[in-house]
Amino acid sequence: MNKVLSIMINSKTKSRVEKTAEWIFKICALFALIAVVMMTGYMIYSGTPALLKVGIKEILFSNVWNPSAANPQYGILNIIFTSIVGSAGAILIGVPIGVLTAVYLSEVASSQMAKIVKPAVELLAGIPSVVYGLIGILLINPVMYKLELFFFKNDPTHQFTGGCNLLSAIIILAIMILPTVINISESAIRSVPKHLKSGSLALGGSQIQTIFKVILPAAKTGILSAIVLGVGRAIGEAMAIVLVSGNSVNLPLPFNSVRFLTTAIVSEMSYATGTHRQVLFTIGLVLFIFIMIINIILTKIIKSGDDQHA
Amino acid sequence: MHNSIYDKRVRISDNVIRVLIYLSAFVSVAILVGIIGLVVIKGAPHLSWQLISTVSSSAKNTFGILGNIVNTLYIIVITLLIVTPLGVGGAVYLNEYAKGGKLVRAIEFTIETLSGIPSIIFGLFGMVFFGTVLKLGFSILTGALTLALMVLPIITSSTQVALKSVPESYRAGATGMGATKWYMIRTIILPSAMPGIITGIILGIGRIIGESAALLFTAGSSYYLVNDFFGHIFKPGGTLTIQLYLSMTKARYDQAFAVALVLIILVFVLNRITHIIANRMNKEKG
Repeated sequence: MNKVLSIMINSKTKSRVEKTAEWIFKICALFALIAVVMMTGYMIYSGTPALLKVGIKEILFSNVWNPSAANPQYGILNIIFTSIVGSAGAILIGVPIGVLTAVYLSEVASSQMAKIVKPAVELLAGIPSVVYGLIGILLINPVMYKLELFFFKNDPTHQFTGGCNLLSAIIILAIMILPTVINISESAIRSVPKHLKSGSLALGGSQIQTIFKVILPAAKTGILSAIVLGVGRAIGEAMAIVLVSGNSVNLPLPFNSVRFLTTAIVSEMSYATGTHRQVLFTIGLVLFIFIMIINIILTKIIKSGDDQHA
Repeated sequence: MHNSIYDKRVRISDNVIRVLIYLSAFVSVAILVGIIGLVVIKGAPHLSWQLISTVSSSAKNTFGILGNIVNTLYIIVITLLIVTPLGVGGAVYLNEYAKGGKLVRAIEFTIETLSGIPSIIFGLFGMVFFGTVLKLGFSILTGALTLALMVLPIITSSTQVALKSVPESYRAGATGMGATKWYMIRTIILPSAMPGIITGIILGIGRIIGESAALLFTAGSSYYLVNDFFGHIFKPGGTLTIQLYLSMTKARYDQAFAVALVLIILVFVLNRITHIIANRMNKEKG
């Protein structure tokens, strides 16, 4: 009995338990670090052999993709362009709608309306990406096909895609980045100090003037992070657009059937072998590098925002 | 007269922008309503007891997703068993033990990075590392290990938020009464942070249910039922989302919409549960 009650006697085991606990927690925390280091290592390890074998110029700066020919060519320039143009298009459509919805939620909406819009945005974020793809096939592609028939009726050089084109993919991507853009912009707008807003209103600024000349500039860093995160989301999406975008390698023009970095991997990984398979890993490496650049930009933006506040 | 401050000047540009704001909010809601409406209308007629209680059979020419439901459950349980201790433990270290410094900053940066990496990259890594290097092949375990990496940042950040909201006075009180740090974490800090941790786990489940790109090349697409309870984790198995994708590639949109409806119902239920937990947390605080 005495032994248990004393706080002195078992101090040795106590400190051992304490040390072990701290070490276990530390190891848990290190897992994220280990995972990222290993992923970087493996992406480089499996992405570089093709670059050495086929040649950096032949892969990165050529736009002929023909892996199954007798004399196979692995140029992914068009695929890289498509990912860049596709993400830019999605940002162009998605960001204005997203930021204005965030303005609505934080500054304009009555609390009852906000109670409808906010959960809707949350649910939008939860819908699996394949479901977006399904909607794209059944809803957006037919509309695109009609537009295509209308625009290219008398153009014999145009290859008809049945509506599976870059534009369809951009619309899907724009919808998919909406929740990200809305949520992050909204919290940025909400964290703008109240006195800025009252100051502007007191000086006679209208509500809209206050929002666009005072609140949004003050929330700049947050909105910028929202845009960068949106770019990351758009450039990394695969399953929603693989069946919507037509999936043949072309220049990224609105009504062309196109292939993205992500969809190139998804659509050929299951049967590719040898050099072809290695090139798919190189595409993965290119995508990984894009994402890492986006991540670093994001950290810089957030840091500059912190510095401003401090 | 015109200089009076009572005369409200009507700005046309103000009104145009106001209309645009309303329009944007309307579009955001309309998209959701449209998607859910379409999935319900197209999916409901194909939703049946047979769909969720049988396995597809080419002999009988029937379509059923019971195998996919079981696979999804397997992957959810195994992923969470792996990732919950790691995520919660990591968050405890970052919030309760770490005192800043390079290592902590590096860990926090990598957690951010992990949450930004696209699922297709996780899929490639999982296929090479767990599948080929660790020789697990196409299996539910390979898929679950891959998803564990993906869900790790979600659990870690939810737990961190929850830990930060535990009042400092609890810690001061516990240490003041002579509790050791581990004893305090175990009996006071973690129980108070539990609702936040559970929210993180549910968000993780949502991510797992919706995932497809990371599973296509790791867990595969098989839809057969389990014969061997533990052996099943070493066999390939496609989740509901993978089945939806496969039905789409075969242009069987009737099947695809039925699975999509099941998925959307699951997403909706999980979303409601997180709201209930969040409300309860706010009430306790208020």
